[in-house]
Amino acid sequence: MTAGPTHHEADVLIIGGGLAGCWAAITAAQGGARVIVAEKGHCGTSGVAAAGGPGHWWVPPDPGRREEAIARRMATAQGLGDAAWMARIIDRTCRTLPTIASHYRYVPDDDGRIRHHALRGPEYLRALRQKAQAAGAILLDHSPALELLRHADGSIAGARGVSRQGTGGDWVVRAGATILATGGCGFRSHLLGGMNNTGDGLLMAVEAGAVLSGMELSAFFTVVPAGTTMARTMIYSFARYHDAQGRPLDRPPGPHDNAFLAQALAHGPVLCDLSATPEDIRRQLPQISPNVTLAFRRLGIDPFRDRFPIALVGEGTIRGVGGVRVAGPDAGAGVEGLFVAGDVASREPVTGAISGGGAVNAAWALSSGCIAAEAALERVRRHGRRADTPAERTGRAGLHSGRGTEDATAIERAVQAEILSPVKQYFRTEATLATARDRLDAAWAALPHTAGPPTPQARTRRRELAALTATARWCTAGALARRTSLGLHQRADTIAATTPPTSILTGGLDRIWTDSAPAGGPA
Amino acid sequence: MIELLLPARCTGCNACVTACPRDVFDPVPDGPPRIARQADCQTCFLCELYCQEDALYVHPYADHARPQDAGAIEASGLLGAYRRDSGWDEWAEDETLRNQHWRMEDVFRRARGA
Repeated sequence: MTAGPTHHEADVLIIGGGLAGCWAAITAAQGGARVIVAEKGHCGTSGVAAAGGPGHWWVPPDPGRREEAIARRMATAQGLGDAAWMARIIDRTCRTLPTIASHYRYVPDDDGRIRHHALRGPEYLRALRQKAQAAGAILLDHSPALELLRHADGSIAGARGVSRQGTGGDWVVRAGATILATGGCGFRSHLLGGMNNTGDGLLMAVEAGAVLSGMELSAFFTVVPAGTTMARTMIYSFARYHDAQGRPLDRPPGPHDNAFLAQALAHGPVLCDLSATPEDIRRQLPQISPNVTLAFRRLGIDPFRDRFPIALVGEGTIRGVGGVRVAGPDAGAGVEGLFVAGDVASREPVTGAISGGGAVNAAWALSSGCIAAEAALERVRRHGRRADTPAERTGRAGLHSGRGTEDATAIERAVQAEILSPVKQYFRTEATLATARDRLDAAWAALPHTAGPPTPQARTRRRELAALTATARWCTAGALARRTSLGLHQRADTIAATTPPTSILTGGLDRIWTDSAPAGGPA
Repeated sequence: MIELLLPARCTGCNACVTACPRDVFDPVPDGPPRIARQADCQTCFLCELYCQEDALYVHPYADHARPQDAGAIEASGLLGAYRRDSGWDEWAEDETLRNQHWRMEDVFRRARGA
């Protein structure tokens, strides 16, 4: 072990350097603040947007168009949406996203127009990194945060973490305001780009006193060629599916698009047929989504001629909805000095009970990043950095190693067997959820015994395991608390009931609690 | 999962060490980096975009290692295909490789029959 931690000081600390964290960094740095981004991996390749291709919810300010788009979204939100937040992110996205042209090479479409909202992930995140650096933000790559720091008055004072490259060792960043932009939790499924998204921010926030919302809205699975990570959806819009005997599988209408695939996969292989894809799209695919093409080529599959086996990969709260409850229009986390941006926050205000998909979630990530940064700047103006005020560490779960011999891999597999099972998640019942709860509680109880070497990698891994286990428990508790079906939460044993729209809140660590609150909430 | 780092192509620039979001590579003094934590690879392929020598090969299967024959992969033409199709670096001015990501929403619309 090295001696003491490396100390840094900033006005604004941003934990996570993906889409939301980068926009927060750009906004705060352009506002004149000293900004530090602590990123677990590499800012520019880390996070689910970097390997994907985020569109953004995009509605130009033509008369009536935004009102119309919001009305449509409010209808699909099933009572959980907030029209004011929707208007806020549409406006912010339209005003801000085109500024990425300073570092992103937009290519005009066939009519010579620039479509500002559609960006390819690797190029977009590379551009965001460069833009953040150009604005003066300091990027700490390969520097996972492990816990938040807190003043005696309860306000957040920064964070502490480890560096996993270079000389290694611990770091401490003291900051006047802290923004969590750690992404959603994919439970270490093989979702493309999702392995760093282990719910760390959810755990840090709850330990610091924040409340979660919408965690039951987390049953989401995406089609991939079996065994791969390639969860890019476009090409499957022309898909037909067959069982191993070649019988076509019908997609019945319903809230879960892929539930029929989950059922079929429980009985045997499912094969995908893309032969209905138009010729011109086949030709364009390498320049639309180069990574989709490369996966097929390397597997020796001609996806437009050969039927190939598929699997479902869990997206958890990434394409799910739940996260830290946004406490107000400033993207505050309900804890002084702490703000949330992107998928770590509950997106109920902008997506309601259904998935925001790529577009709404990307617009949310950008906008909540900018809004959180502005609120953070305002807080620093009022209170200063307070870097010399004593602060305590808030982290608990998974940080203190070493009494027993439980195998981390076994714990992780036990958690995944519940939360990454498409059948269990798509067809929830009181009985399956109660079983899941008990198994997840057992996994949680085993956690403090998970020993390991004191390397930065092993310490990070232990904390990640605690975070994803906690997140699975919050999702399950929320699912038990919502006794009727709504959006991404479908109860196979639902009792028909009309209840006023409420959000399901949850939190707690050793003892998980749930509560309900009027939808829309204080935001 | 990352399977190959081809020493004959590698210049030891360590761009992959930096760019890998999963911290899979370790730098080695005066030599090519080492694939130090293969099982941590998340099969995102992004390291290949940051390797200007096309010295890396990621196999699409993510669950466990599938050792690859370096000679066969060299001969396959698959090395560097992601970087080329993406129009990165020296491919940036090639008109046929221009980023057409903007077509995605149109494709979805056509699939819906709209």
